Amino acid sequence: MEKVFKTNPYRARRISLIMLVPLCLFLAACATPETARISGDVFDPYEENNRQTHELNRALDTALVRPVGVGYTKIIPDDLEDSIGNFSANLGVPGTVVNNLLQGDVEGAFINTMRFVFNTTLGFGGLFDVAADFQINEVKADFGQTLYVWGVPEGAYIELPILGPSTERAAVGRAVDLFTNPLSYVLPSPDKYIGTAAGVASKVGDRGRYAETVDSVLYNSADSYSQARGIYLQNRRFELGDGDAAEEINPFDLNTEGF
Amino acid sequence: MIKYTRRAATGLISAAVATFTLVPTTASALDNASAKKLVDALVGEINRVIASGKSEQAMFNDFKRIFAKYGDTSYIAAYAMGNDGRRASNAQKKKFSAEFQTYISRKYGSRFREFIGGRLQVESVRPVKSWFEVKTTAFLRGESPFTVTFLVSNRTGRDKFFNMFIEGINLLLTERTEIGAMIDRRGGNIDQMIADLRNAK
Repeated sequence: MEKVFKTNPYRARRISLIMLVPLCLFLAACATPETARISGDVFDPYEENNRQTHELNRALDTALVRPVGVGYTKIIPDDLEDSIGNFSANLGVPGTVVNNLLQGDVEGAFINTMRFVFNTTLGFGGLFDVAADFQINEVKADFGQTLYVWGVPEGAYIELPILGPSTERAAVGRAVDLFTNPLSYVLPSPDKYIGTAAGVASKVGDRGRYAETVDSVLYNSADSYSQARGIYLQNRRFELGDGDAAEEINPFDLNTEGF
Repeated sequence: MIKYTRRAATGLISAAVATFTLVPTTASALDNASAKKLVDALVGEINRVIASGKSEQAMFNDFKRIFAKYGDTSYIAAYAMGNDGRRASNAQKKKFSAEFQTYISRKYGSRFREFIGGRLQVESVRPVKSWFEVKTTAFLRGESPFTVTFLVSNRTGRDKFFNMFIEGINLLLTERTEIGAMIDRRGGNIDQMIADLRNAK
């Protein structure tokens, strides 16, 4: 949903520049629990506010995002939907490369650069993910991850309006990532908007394509707030390689008598 | 530099010694090969169901059978109930365990149905403490491949998976959250939770 925020890049950029300074101060000051945590642990001091935002996001999803997403997936042929997703993902790659480099991951930067070159040329401007056919898969990176690599703590869990689940560290990362893509400085305005539109379309399409899965969390779980929070935190920590979740639950520890 | 290298070498040697001395005690029951074999068979069955094109209900029944065959169902049910399990009667536990299997097959079966046209592929296996982690990759149309991990133990005397991670999302933790929230919503009433599990998605 990041791209929604970017529909007006200039305005978004100005806002984030202003936001950035206090956010960094905030991040430096943000509280963290002192004990070592496991992947399922949750630090959520703003739960009350977060729950309000969650209700807002859920209402927005019901009224707008879900119906548009489901309609989009129905109307747009699968191949075209894939191409729109590929196109917007490809435009994001230069920003990923910047973050690979900031993390000192030269190999990742190289792989992603190869992807970008292949897909932009052989893949007709990124419409086709030909790099994947050569087993060259994306090495994901964003500025929130860069902060993790640099040793910045995760901070508290926060649910952002429209954008959804996040942490203090990840939220700062998103703001900074509005600046990290070199393409956004190079591309002329109309082309930039095509990329932004494709990004929004691709996110909306995902909402439609995985409608059942998203519904099961947002509408069918007994407490959708804590379920979304748990799923986000576990997935985010997994992507970052933070902790070893496989070690944390010992199957020999629990009394299963009667079950 | 020399100091670190020597320390690393010592570490490696002691790790190797530890491995060789420890492995024979556990390998007889469960090792890399048998853990991988279990997940290979499991993934093979899941792929067959996904590719079968059966009706939704028929697929759920298949997944339930697969879950009972390959999964440590009593452990997963006990973990999901968490602390509430301590005050549950044996009758409640038994009923919960049965309903939970149907629920989990329906819920995760629905997710696997979205894999139609996709497949799981077993990648690697590694020992973790007294159990094994088997990594698989899921390939879905128009998506970057992602990781689905199974944890396998021989707690029951037979090799069974007792946890699954989809891109790091932990089945045990997710279900403990869900069942806990269901019990809370019903004012701590375990029987009501079990009854409502039948319609839960």
